[in-house]
Amino acid sequence: MKIRKTKPEKLIPTTDGSGMKRRSFVRLLGGGLFVFFNSWTFPDLFGGTPEQGRSLPKDYNAFLRIAEDGTVTCYTGKIEMGQGIITSLAQMMADELNVQFEKVKMVLGDTDLCPWDQGTWGSLSTRSFGPNMRAAAAEARGVLFSLASDKLGVPVTQLEVKEGIITDTKNTSNSVSYAELTKGQKIEKYLDVKPAVEDFTKFTYVGKSYNHADAILKVTGEAKYTGDLKLPGMVFARILRPPSHGAKLKSVDYSAAEKITGIKVIRDGDLIAVLHEDRERADQAIVKIEAEYSFNEMPVNDKTIFEWMLKADSGSNEIRSGGNLETGIKLSEKIIESEFLDPYLAHTAIETHSALAHLDGDKMTVWASTQSPFGLQEAIAGELGFKLEKVRVITPFVGGGFGGKGAAQQGIEAARLAKLAGKPVMLIWTRDEEFFYDTFHPAGVIKIKSGMDKNGAIKLWDYAIYYGGTRGSETIYDVPNVKATHYRQNRNAPAVHPFGTGAWRAPNANSNTFAREVQIDIMAAEAGIDPLEFRLKNLKDEKMIACLKAVADKFGYVAGKIPGGRGIGIACGTDAGTWVAHMAEVKVDKSTGNVEVVRIVCAQDMGLCVNPEGATIQMEGCITMGLGYTFTEELLFEGGNIKNRSFDSYEIPHFSSLPKIETLILDRKDQAPQGGGEPAIIAVGAVIDNAIFDATGARLYRMPMTPERVLEALKKV
Amino acid sequence: MEKTVSFHLNGKLTEILIDPNLTLLWVLRNHFGLTGTKYGCGIGFCGSCTVLIDEEPVRSCTLALSEIEGKSVVTIEGLAKDGKLHPVQKAFVDHDALQCGFCTPGMIMNATGLLLKNPSPTTQEIKAGMEDNLCRCGAHMRIIDAVHTAAKEMKGGK
Repeated sequence: MKIRKTKPEKLIPTTDGSGMKRRSFVRLLGGGLFVFFNSWTFPDLFGGTPEQGRSLPKDYNAFLRIAEDGTVTCYTGKIEMGQGIITSLAQMMADELNVQFEKVKMVLGDTDLCPWDQGTWGSLSTRSFGPNMRAAAAEARGVLFSLASDKLGVPVTQLEVKEGIITDTKNTSNSVSYAELTKGQKIEKYLDVKPAVEDFTKFTYVGKSYNHADAILKVTGEAKYTGDLKLPGMVFARILRPPSHGAKLKSVDYSAAEKITGIKVIRDGDLIAVLHEDRERADQAIVKIEAEYSFNEMPVNDKTIFEWMLKADSGSNEIRSGGNLETGIKLSEKIIESEFLDPYLAHTAIETHSALAHLDGDKMTVWASTQSPFGLQEAIAGELGFKLEKVRVITPFVGGGFGGKGAAQQGIEAARLAKLAGKPVMLIWTRDEEFFYDTFHPAGVIKIKSGMDKNGAIKLWDYAIYYGGTRGSETIYDVPNVKATHYRQNRNAPAVHPFGTGAWRAPNANSNTFAREVQIDIMAAEAGIDPLEFRLKNLKDEKMIACLKAVADKFGYVAGKIPGGRGIGIACGTDAGTWVAHMAEVKVDKSTGNVEVVRIVCAQDMGLCVNPEGATIQMEGCITMGLGYTFTEELLFEGGNIKNRSFDSYEIPHFSSLPKIETLILDRKDQAPQGGGEPAIIAVGAVIDNAIFDATGARLYRMPMTPERVLEALKKV
Repeated sequence: MEKTVSFHLNGKLTEILIDPNLTLLWVLRNHFGLTGTKYGCGIGFCGSCTVLIDEEPVRSCTLALSEIEGKSVVTIEGLAKDGKLHPVQKAFVDHDALQCGFCTPGMIMNATGLLLKNPSPTTQEIKAGMEDNLCRCGAHMRIIDAVHTAAKEMKGGK
């Protein structure tokens, strides 16, 4: 093994993105071997739309430590919110370094201990962070071999390693452990070349199923989430909230709240909060505050929003083009135009946004339920006027994120209050606040004009997105004449969304896959061709074809024209570097409009699967969550007033929603691992829509597919 | 307005001088440090605050402390005995019936209550009994399997 000699003082910048001098990591952590590593790759998350592309900063992304007792710790700014990276990243580390899986510890989302990270989203932890972590581990192993060679007096080529013990292959009694080698040493290396893809076949832990490493803590109630923490002198905060987005505070009277024993009212501009050591006293006090607001509401609601968007002063970007649309129209025997509607969605993680803030001297420490600890650190520092290194964000277990915990609001609020109160402040948003300040999945309209020749070959694909996002908008089918346009808010034009929007599990890929795969189904029906055959006929993408064939095989699909009265749907797509294909069977009650999903089968190609059990759980979770946006989830609002503020009026999937779910992961051990936390959710809406059509001949163009909308569609059959 | 409330908490007779109108959820979390019982919605819709009261699963977020006078309260922290997981807890681990884990204590308490009443539930009965406990990660399928496994284990001599 070749060891590169490096001079860290030349290669390593003095600070990383956290604003902390790199040396101080070493001080913080004591002895051992350190490997710093960089994130070189950043997959194309946005379907090739350069205007939304981001680039990673060049500072260090994470590092690992081999402690004096031989345990290996990986420090990463990623966080654990149920997706299971605490397990899968440890598997990769164990294999690359060749230590027991049990010896690997993960430290996640602490801005003082972990180098800068962009945040945990986009199913990036395995596919983007993973390779770099493995490369670092490989280099650490190289350094350890070099040290062992000196210690054992034999060349590196004569050494092998197993479970953290390096042995002389010619004299097996001549061996040394990682722990012995690293004891008292401080060696640093910097990886300055892009790591090569390793051979996965040699791996012991990767590719095997592991249950959640944190399961015992979570079933015993010992796992600590932000709201479970307690500091001496800590008080709970409740904040006065406006009745609607856009409302402005005119006057306030909090004298009644102040009469409650132990209540302290804090006012800093528009931030008005009550503090008490008992959460419920704060709850009682906040409702005693009388406030008057002025309103300047947008004249739009959940019914008029789509028209509102289509009429808005929009800018547009051409996000994809190929061939010529006029040619496509000429070549088409049949042209189909459709319009698809998609509402605002809430994330509704069961843990509401929480933060505990504590100002100790001049340093603010904030524990928070966040998908972006470093983003939060920057936001708090900016808000308080603190230097970056004077703000530390620590991320305990996160009780679900789904894209909804990337914003910094609750962390900033807690930090401001802790600074003003001079006490540790715990802020746990109520469910009402959670629904009000969510960064909702944006509503949107998608228009498609597509055409095919007399053989059912697609010749035209004119695709337009209004106010949704572009992820998942790839045509995926082999179409010669294509255009895709993204209409969005014009610079300086008035806001179109009445409240904040953001990423929602596989952001917008759900909407785009819904529109595309329903349109494809409409075309298959028009062509009189079996919808699986129609797709296969128009696809060149080998992975998509393989997934479709695999899902049909597992489903036991028998070809037939649609609508065939069987209630079988099919849909497919790609997301986060992963390919998915779904089949579903539904029963539709034509008198009530109720749809019962009997079965959903999903085949997935995610490259090498690091933890098959973990990936399967993510697929099941995606499919289950997907049934929510498909059937029930829709934010209701009037201007800036959010009407559904809890689970009674915003219904997420329940146990009774559950069909039989079957999953299949295609074996791709020769290929790099891809994303697993999002892909299987993208085609759920489409597969159900297509199954409803097959069952009844009724076509729905709008999600969620409520019984009322199903009945309405049935009337048009 | 403070009053002494006495009840059994995880098997131990407990007395606390407190405003009896406070809810069990926040008293458990803030006064007893039993933070396994979670706040999810505060109005009884999500089930993440579920505890057992006299073996019945109850939403602690809408229950005043005065209601538990003389009763027996079991929280997620009181299920494991002598370091050994309760069969329901063990089944959740074995089936990997959780993701973020935030709804998990409530799920386990509700499932335990369900099995105390109905030791051999059908899948339909499990779905009905667990219906109002919400999980956003989508662990439902595995939770159903875990409850079946726990049922078998509990009948096999607890």
